[in-house]
Amino acid sequence: MAEEVVLLDFWASVFGMRVRIALAEKGIKYESKEEDLRNKSDLLLKMNPVHKKVPVLIHNGKPVCESLIIVQYIDEVWNDSSPLLPSDPYQRAHARFWADFVDQKVYDASRRVWRTKGEEQEAAKKDFFESLKTLVRELGDKPYFGGETFGFVDIALITFYSWFYVYETYGKFSIEAECPEIIAWAKRCMQKESVANTLPDQKKVYDLLW
Amino acid sequence: MAKSEVKLLGAWPSPYVMRAQIALNLKAVEYEFLEETFGSKSQLLLQSNPVYKKIPVLIHADKPICESLVIVQYIDDVWTSGPSILPSDPYDRAIHRFWAAYVDEKFFPTMRGIAAAQGEEARKALVEQVGEGLALLEEAFDKCSKGKAFFGGDRIGFLDIAFGCFLGWLRATEKMNGVKLLDEAKTPGLVKWADRFCADGAVKGVMPETEKLMEFAKVLMAKMRGAPPK
Repeated sequence: MAEEVVLLDFWASVFGMRVRIALAEKGIKYESKEEDLRNKSDLLLKMNPVHKKVPVLIHNGKPVCESLIIVQYIDEVWNDSSPLLPSDPYQRAHARFWADFVDQKVYDASRRVWRTKGEEQEAAKKDFFESLKTLVRELGDKPYFGGETFGFVDIALITFYSWFYVYETYGKFSIEAECPEIIAWAKRCMQKESVANTLPDQKKVYDLLW
Repeated sequence: MAKSEVKLLGAWPSPYVMRAQIALNLKAVEYEFLEETFGSKSQLLLQSNPVYKKIPVLIHADKPICESLVIVQYIDDVWTSGPSILPSDPYDRAIHRFWAAYVDEKFFPTMRGIAAAQGEEARKALVEQVGEGLALLEEAFDKCSKGKAFFGGDRIGFLDIAFGCFLGWLRATEKMNGVKLLDEAKTPGLVKWADRFCADGAVKGVMPETEKLMEFAKVLMAKMRGAPPK
């Protein structure tokens, strides 16, 4: 059966980028439909009526929503190559925990860094760096969060790298100065084609908000 | 496997802890339940979950696993001789995971807000929102169950556990606030499912009684009111 894979996305969405990286890692051909988030398409509203958000993966007409759920779905369906999650149950639990940590802690803090001012922003910056430092401790000596190979947690986190210029400019700080290990890890990930071809230029993301 | 090989750090009122217990029960895994004292955190908890310092924590052969839905999936991945908790089809798995996330991110926080609502207007608005959420979950139940007893089909599955664990607090919220959330007229499928879920062998022993939860809620609210200002 011919596989039909469509991705509803927005180029600057850190969540959409996760799905693109996963699709690229697996070498899956797909049709990309760019959404205007101020004027959402009928297709998006039909495929994700609950949240009305991107990304949505439509596989043979059936929608899958929520980026980390989509990435796991991709890993489970296209399971003949490039595994994104480990096979060992404990390592899998570990990967799921840390990917969820990125969603719970990094996303929230990063939003507040560029959207708030004054005391609120200072608190956001503190939370943001705390979450990065926790991740650095978890990374340790490993090249990737997945160990020797790029995996689920790397995918969950690396997409935020495209927004680092935004955070640094609005927050008036240098991530490299505060957390050099994260930058080193990010640059390592950027050497992968799937990541380099997916992540937009940091300045381009910044211009979007300007 | 020796009982002490599997430990669960938890507390009886926690719906998140219940998820882990139900999963272990479904797999007939013997485990040691270590009840955390309300208001304080044990050394073992702080060591096993340094990131969040929260229950539940599953400790399997001295290795900790945290976050209730991660724990449930781990239990499913490890004890493969027992009945499957997640569906076998990847698309169905994605659907179960989607609704479990919805319950955690939208449904439960809204329901929990009812007790703390400031004024009748605010309470009414939250009750309405919960009603909308239940309507969505009724639809999901129709689609997932395909006419069978549970979201998981003939047996309790991932989404049954993820959503069903909140039934105790749902009933307590209804009683304490004089509101009707699960309504036979509006969500008949879910009403029947709720009874079946609570009566299931894996759930019965760990679902706290509504009265007990109401007592606990009173203690909780008194403590919060009596707490010194930050």
